[in-house]
Amino acid sequence: MDTILEMRGISKRFPGVKALDNVTFKVRRGEIHALVGENGAGKSTLMKVLSGVYPHGEYEGEIVYEGEPVAFRDITDSERAGIIIIHQELALIPQLSIAENIFLGNERGRRGIIDWREANRRTEELLAKVGLKEPPTTLVDTIGVGKQQLVEIAKALSKDVKLLILDEPTAALQETDSRKLLDLMLELKSHGVTSILISHKLGEVRYVADTVTVLRDGMTVSTRDAKAGLSEDIIVRDMVGRDMTHRFPEHNRLPAEVLLEVEDWSVWHPEHTDRKVIKDASFTVRAGEVVGIAGLMGSGRTELAMSIFGRAWGHRVSGTVKLRGKPIDVSTIPRAIEAGLSYVTEDRKSLGLVLDETIRFNTTLANLDGVSRRGVLKRNEETRIAERYRDALATRTPSVFQKTVNLSGGNQQKVVLAKWLFTAPDVLILDEPTRGIDVGAKYEIYTIINQLAEEGRGIVLISSEMHELLGMCDRIYVMSKGALVGELTAAEASQERIMSLIVSN
Amino acid sequence: MAVVDDVDRAEEKVPAKGIAAYLASHLREYGLLLALIVVMVFFQIVTDGTLLRAVNVTNLLLQNSYIVIMALGMLIVIVSGNIDLSVGSVMGFIGALAAVLMVHHGQSVLVTTLVCLGIGGLIGAAQGYWVAYWKIPSFIVTLAGMLVFRGLSLWLLEGQSVGPFPREFQVIANGFVPDIFPEGIGAALTGLFDVRQVNLLTLAAGIATTVAIVWLGMRQRSRNKVYGIEDEPFSFFVARNAIIAAALIFITFKLATFRGLPNVLITMSVLTVIYAFITSSTVIGRRIYALGGNAKAAKLSGIKTERLTFLAFTNMGVLAAAAGLVFAARLNTATPKAGFALELDVIAAVFIGGASMSGGVGTIIGAVVGAFLMGVLNNGMSIMGIGIDYQQMIKGLVLLAAVIFDVYNKTKRG
Repeated sequence: MDTILEMRGISKRFPGVKALDNVTFKVRRGEIHALVGENGAGKSTLMKVLSGVYPHGEYEGEIVYEGEPVAFRDITDSERAGIIIIHQELALIPQLSIAENIFLGNERGRRGIIDWREANRRTEELLAKVGLKEPPTTLVDTIGVGKQQLVEIAKALSKDVKLLILDEPTAALQETDSRKLLDLMLELKSHGVTSILISHKLGEVRYVADTVTVLRDGMTVSTRDAKAGLSEDIIVRDMVGRDMTHRFPEHNRLPAEVLLEVEDWSVWHPEHTDRKVIKDASFTVRAGEVVGIAGLMGSGRTELAMSIFGRAWGHRVSGTVKLRGKPIDVSTIPRAIEAGLSYVTEDRKSLGLVLDETIRFNTTLANLDGVSRRGVLKRNEETRIAERYRDALATRTPSVFQKTVNLSGGNQQKVVLAKWLFTAPDVLILDEPTRGIDVGAKYEIYTIINQLAEEGRGIVLISSEMHELLGMCDRIYVMSKGALVGELTAAEASQERIMSLIVSN
Repeated sequence: MAVVDDVDRAEEKVPAKGIAAYLASHLREYGLLLALIVVMVFFQIVTDGTLLRAVNVTNLLLQNSYIVIMALGMLIVIVSGNIDLSVGSVMGFIGALAAVLMVHHGQSVLVTTLVCLGIGGLIGAAQGYWVAYWKIPSFIVTLAGMLVFRGLSLWLLEGQSVGPFPREFQVIANGFVPDIFPEGIGAALTGLFDVRQVNLLTLAAGIATTVAIVWLGMRQRSRNKVYGIEDEPFSFFVARNAIIAAALIFITFKLATFRGLPNVLITMSVLTVIYAFITSSTVIGRRIYALGGNAKAAKLSGIKTERLTFLAFTNMGVLAAAAGLVFAARLNTATPKAGFALELDVIAAVFIGGASMSGGVGTIIGAVVGAFLMGVLNNGMSIMGIGIDYQQMIKGLVLLAAVIFDVYNKTKRG
């Protein structure tokens, strides 16, 4: 088999980060090539370089496609060459029909007048190829995510695809839909289509892939033949095998009595009401303990946290939450706060802060009763409190009257933490507290987390970065597809064990 | 670590000190005040002094009272991230309701007033319910409300004007607070100022208000100093207070030498003070700004965002009803056309006053000044005899200019 694509010495820099570092990636014609790696390993960036999202000149290195060096200026350019990428977030327009979506930007017809008969006829052919029986005029809105994914592929086929890139195509799919999609990939392969599959799910990778390339920290770690009985252990080792450095502060914690108990927690999706997103999750947190929740994006970690925090997410929430052995009412956010829970969101800009307002405004927002009497704000008191937390958390700002939009990520996160600390919580749930924060500020956030635990609070730490969980937690729960599939103590836990728990469930 | 520290610090925008920098960051507030002064001076000159004659100053206050009253509620609705297009219609409908109750059914002024305010609240609540709990865009709900209540006014009045009203009702809008001081002292002062009459109560109230405003400003300033809050330069503080004090004394003097304090000025001032206090100093006010600034973050901070939205509309309904009563009392008749397109003046006043369409930004004082800016424009152009056609065009351009100024200011600084 000859080579359809070769990427040589690809490097891509973002301000402050080297996302890709001299990556080599070679795909043979007619194969299914899996590209795996942890979150942030550089898989999506590499595919964006290939498809022209980052145009020629914004990266270093060379791309040889069909024997010719290529320099794509944008997506249209790469699509013309037959390279089609299907992103994780579907790019279909829900209010349009299947046929309208498939030929969007590529309409059948002449002089701006669409030939609907031709478009619908071609759509039917394409849908037959991907195994869909829906009429072409069906609105995309009305079919499930699995079928929408197939429509995306039909759309790719309409453009005479030679190299199909699927970026985590099964992340949002149920088991049976995933299987259908994978079988379709094999089917396309038999018709000569080359595919690149980005996936975290090693079971899938083993099912369809001919070759597996592992990326880690923006570098190619290995390219292995998957047909010769490649074990998941080897892939996992390649994925996580990095040196642990002293990136975490020392701590001196002594977990005491059980503080929080969540039992049989189940949640259904608010829109797709037949989808159970959290499946009978049970876990405990002790006073003075940092408990981690590991899992891939989309495994339900955030949904678990938000549904516990006053049902801020989900539908038909069931299960019990106990604090110090007594059931507590967490049916609304004010009640959850009142009961002693706090939730620091993963998206601090759109969910955590009122960006156009000051540090003082944001610090007291979740506990205005604490700075008022009979509904009238005691503004001097408020200033004092904001300054107290600024000093305690070492938030770097000239004054508490600074707007939070002007702060760096690390300092914004400290303001969000201050807001929740002012509610005097017993349990803090921290969802990706160090995302998008530079290394120095991360260390400071870790130090704060340790202090909070040492004060006797219970901390739940949700993170996609496994070394962060390993460096910070006393215990780690592993989440996969909405269920807690394992529990590891700090001594037992390792990246390999966590990864294998995730991939084997 | 050291390197990271520097990076972190470099990202914080340290406000540059100095008068120029202060002015640049507060251009909006001073700009509004300045615009009002410029417009007043301009019309004072081109109308040969008619604008600021005692009778016209009184008139200006009376003419704009209902706009100001509704702008208070509208400011809150807009800060919460919504809009209310129905206020003109609701105002007209309440006026019609009051007329029917008093003229056709012989109800007392007190009963009528209470019923009307209650119905106004219910109307606001009904609209707020759909916006808050059903998440129907407020533009749609209140557009529907605008049509419904316009129709209801027509139906209620059967297309006729209804009036006149009892004397006790008319005083809501046209009455003046009686002078409690003995007539002799006032009469003695007429010679001093070379005027025909002097209303001592007005004079006293005006001076007391001026002193209070200056004193409160100074107290706040000294407190700010204790907490190290960035404050306006002293020269600005003095100049601003001097202008405000001079304007207040001037208006006081004009009113005192005409018929005294209009009742509606008292209503308007009291409401303005109450709402300025609510928005700036209370928990509920703070929550409204949080809701408009970032609804999701507010909700996740334990704020009952739906209830707040509901209350904002309910409050708007009550104020629209109050404005309706004032308007009807002023005209001494309820007409089916009352309040037509008035919502646009109210909304324009709030935006000229610096509120943001996307919510979370705006002040009561800004909205009130915005309302008077529009009022002076209307009044001045009418005195000059400029046709309604040009008036509309000029008002439209002023609104556009104010908002462009806001956006320009924001992008330049951001």
